[in-house]
Order: sequence, then structure tokens, then C-alpha cells
Amino acid sequence: MNYLLHILILINIYIVLSVSLNLLAGYTGLLSICQAAFYGVGAYATALLSLKAGWPWLGTVAFGIIISGVISVGIGTASLRFRDDYFIIATLAFQVLLYSIMQNWIDLTQGPLGVSGIPQPLILGWQVSSNGGFFLLSLFFSALTFLFVRRIVNAPYGRVLQAIREDDLFALSLGKNVAAYKVSAFVIGAMLAAIAGSVYATYITYIDPTSFTVNESIFILAIVILGGSGSVLGSLAGAVFLVVVPELLRFLGMPSSISANIRQILYGTLLVVCMMWRPQGLIGKYSFQKDGSNR
Amino acid sequence: MTDKWFEIDGLNKSFDGLQALADFSCSVREGEIVGLIGPNGAGKTTLFNAITGFITPDAGNVTFRGVELIGMPSHEIVTLGIARTFQELRLIRRMTVIENVLLAFTNQPGERLGNLFIRWRASSIKEAENHKRAISLLEEVGLAEKSHGPAEDLSYGQQKLLSLVCCLAVGANLLLLDEPVAGLAPHMIEKILLIIRNLQAQGKSVVLVEHNLEVVMQVCNHVVFMAAGKKISEGTPEEVRNDPSVIEAYLS
Repeated sequence: MNYLLHILILINIYIVLSVSLNLLAGYTGLLSICQAAFYGVGAYATALLSLKAGWPWLGTVAFGIIISGVISVGIGTASLRFRDDYFIIATLAFQVLLYSIMQNWIDLTQGPLGVSGIPQPLILGWQVSSNGGFFLLSLFFSALTFLFVRRIVNAPYGRVLQAIREDDLFALSLGKNVAAYKVSAFVIGAMLAAIAGSVYATYITYIDPTSFTVNESIFILAIVILGGSGSVLGSLAGAVFLVVVPELLRFLGMPSSISANIRQILYGTLLVVCMMWRPQGLIGKYSFQKDGSNR
Repeated sequence: MTDKWFEIDGLNKSFDGLQALADFSCSVREGEIVGLIGPNGAGKTTLFNAITGFITPDAGNVTFRGVELIGMPSHEIVTLGIARTFQELRLIRRMTVIENVLLAFTNQPGERLGNLFIRWRASSIKEAENHKRAISLLEEVGLAEKSHGPAEDLSYGQQKLLSLVCCLAVGANLLLLDEPVAGLAPHMIEKILLIIRNLQAQGKSVVLVEHNLEVVMQVCNHVVFMAAGKKISEGTPEEVRNDPSVIEAYLS
């Protein structure tokens, strides 16, 4: 039961990460690969503030959201000066940069040693300590993220984002402030990812930089693509699928040293299969390819 | 006021030594349809790009109702009341026809993130209102029954028409239309010319880039002929047609 709840908690965390990245990658067409960096910012905010300053958990979440928002304004504004493939490279650079800060700013983050003993949250008198409690907590935030993103992508705001994905010059000619829309989507995505970090840190009670690498960013992107870019429900399905499938390998009785490697092969194969036969993902409507006009 | 309504003064732009605009000046009055003609590569589209902020000219001024446009971001120029279409068809093909029109309206508070949570009612009221306006715009041009299908299912002519409807929905006072009837069947051309004349009746101005001289002669009050980035001739359609320098430029 505890194991099942653990899987469900992980799914919830990845739903937050992938739904927030879908806002960028799926809806706005900005293939960012630094989502894991903002995930890390949230996690370190919670870890350090609750341990060193004794902040209540909700306070650390709020701070994580704000600091991730502030950092993403800078990263977003800088990266969005580049287009298409160059934007992806720029976000990759910032992912590596933030990872090296976590790794090397020893005084603050304790570097590769990581931060351990992160306290479990006390929320309005409710002490969360069991896996059931953490499941409810993570479910609350994944539902909140899901509803929030679904609300904004279905609103006129989301229509502009999708227009920018399809043809940003057309959107510009209709008087939309394309640059500001892109930055705003980038910042919201980063702020939501920080929430996932805060939940993860308090649940696992130990974090180190290896949880927030480029690989993690690519994994989140794989969820978005496999689930269906431009579909909030797709990200949900993708998160369930990509978290559960590798777990199934355990039941095949494979030693963990092999299954860990098989996992990587599996992700790669799934992505290739997805690109070849179902480019729109499990649920999505659109593939990443833009329509014919701009090729 | 009428004289200084929209004015282009001494625009220069070169790309890697190629002079796309050479000291180009002209003006547009309120309620006027200006035809902009000239051979390929004359700088007509470059001129539109410079006016709308898509490129920055090397020198010169563009003023609209006394406001300097050079250096202003494109989206602000649109909100001042200048809208454009593109020579190549630009639409959101994977959205429905009506969504394309809804996107073009500039008055939707729900396009601002903050309003979605504070003023979400204003957003949905406006959306319903815009929906009606979009349907009536589409009815006028005969696209209403296609409004809920994706734009990519329309024929080329209908897509061209839709891109013009989007430009109308922006609600601008000056419309820059880049070859709106190129490649269209005669009945479509009639439809589009009717829309352009209607705009004039509403006191709006149009600058029309067009290769179809017959269309230009039919609909324009004033014609500007340009070649190699320079203004060669301007005047009434008759005058420009009979100007020897125009004939020479076309032949050379």
C-alpha cells in the first residue's frame, strides 16, 4: 500500500512538472529544457528555509514560487531573444548553469552532499507524515496546477499563446505583444515547477543536485511529448504512463542494476515510436511540427 | 489635419548594400484608397514592414495622426490603428475560422493573464459579444457556415478572404493590404473590392499593394508608382498610367 501511494505521489509531482511545461512547450511552442532547474529551485527553497530559518512549509512554497518567478523572468527574457532551436540551446545553458550553482555553491546548498533531514510539513495544524497524507498533499497541488493551466489555456489568453505557437508574425500583426506573452508563459511554467520541488523536498526529506539535472528536464519533456503536447489531459496521461511503466520492470524480477539501464532504453524507444507513429502523443491534437505555411 | 493624417518622410533602408527604400516619401489622407504599384523587388513590402515596425528603417520618419511610429514596437502600432495583411497567406490554419477572427479583436480583457482571475466575467461577456461580431463579419463575406471548421479546410480564396476579415476585425483606421486579390477568381476579387470600398465609405484609409493594374485603376483614388525603392510617379490612376517615366521603368 505504501509503495502504491509512493508511486501515486510521484505521479502527482510529475503531473505538476509536465502540465506546467506543457503550457510552454505544448501551447506556446517554446521547447524549454530547464524545467528541472526550476523544480530544483523550489526544492532548495523549501529545504533551506525550513531547516536553516525554520519557516513553515507553506511559507517556503510561497518563497520558492516567488524566487523561481524572479529567476525565470531573467532567464526567459534572455533565452527568448533567440528563436526556435537557439532558444532550446539557451534554456539548456541555463539548466546547466543552475545545476552547477546547486552543485558548487557549497555554503548555501552543501553541494553534492545534499540537504538531509528536511522537516515534514505542518499545514494549518495538520502534520503530514504518512504516505497517505503526502498523497493528499501532492494530489491537491497537482489538481490545482491542472485546473489552473486548463483555465488559462482555454481562455482568450491561451488562444493567443497557441496563435504564437502557430505563427508569431501573424499574432504580432494583430497587435499581440508576442514577447510579453512568451515571457509570461515561461514565468508561470517556472513558478508552477517550483511547487513540485517543494512537495518533493518535504516528501523525500533529502535532496541533492542529481535530482535536477538535464536528464530530468528531458524526462519532463518526454512526458509532455508522449502524453500529447498542447493537451493538459495528455500531460496527465503521460505522467502516469512514464512513471508507472518503469516500475513494472521491477516485477519482471530484473536486478536493479539492469532495470535502471533498461529504463533509459525504454524512454528512448518510446520517444522514437511516438515520433514515428503518433507524433501528437497519447491524447494530444497536434504534433510539434508547425503547419505547412512556415516550412 | 487631413494633410498630415498619415505621412511617410524620407524612408531609407538597405539590406547588405541593396537599397530597398531610397528616400521614399508619400502621404495618405483620411478615407483615401492609395494604390502602391511597381515591379517585383521595388520595395513595396519592405515599405509595409517599415511602417508596421517589422523592420527598422535606416533613416526617415513615419507619422500617424501626429505620432511618430519609427522605433515603436509592432503591437503598439496596431493599437494606434494601423493593421496589415501579408503577401503570403498568414492565418492560424489549425484553429477554427471563427477563432481566427476572435483572435484578431483587440478589446478582449481575457487576453491579459491577471484579468482571467479578477475580471473573468468581463472576459466571458466580451467573448460572447465578439462571437456575435465575428459571425456577422463572416456572414458579410459568406464564410459563416464554415466558421466552426478549421481554417485549413477553406479554399485558397476563402483563406485570403478570412485573412482580410481578421485584418478588419482589428478595427484599424489605416489598412495596409499586401496583394489581397493575387491569384483569386474574378468573383472573389469582386467580393474583396466591395469590402475595400466599404472601408472607404466608413472613412477608413487603405494602402493597396497590387500587381493587377486593372484592379488598382478601378478602386484607387491615388496611385504611387515605385521602383528600386524610389517613388517614380504619383497622381490619379490616369496620370500614373500615362506617365512616360512609369512606362520606362516597367520596360527597363
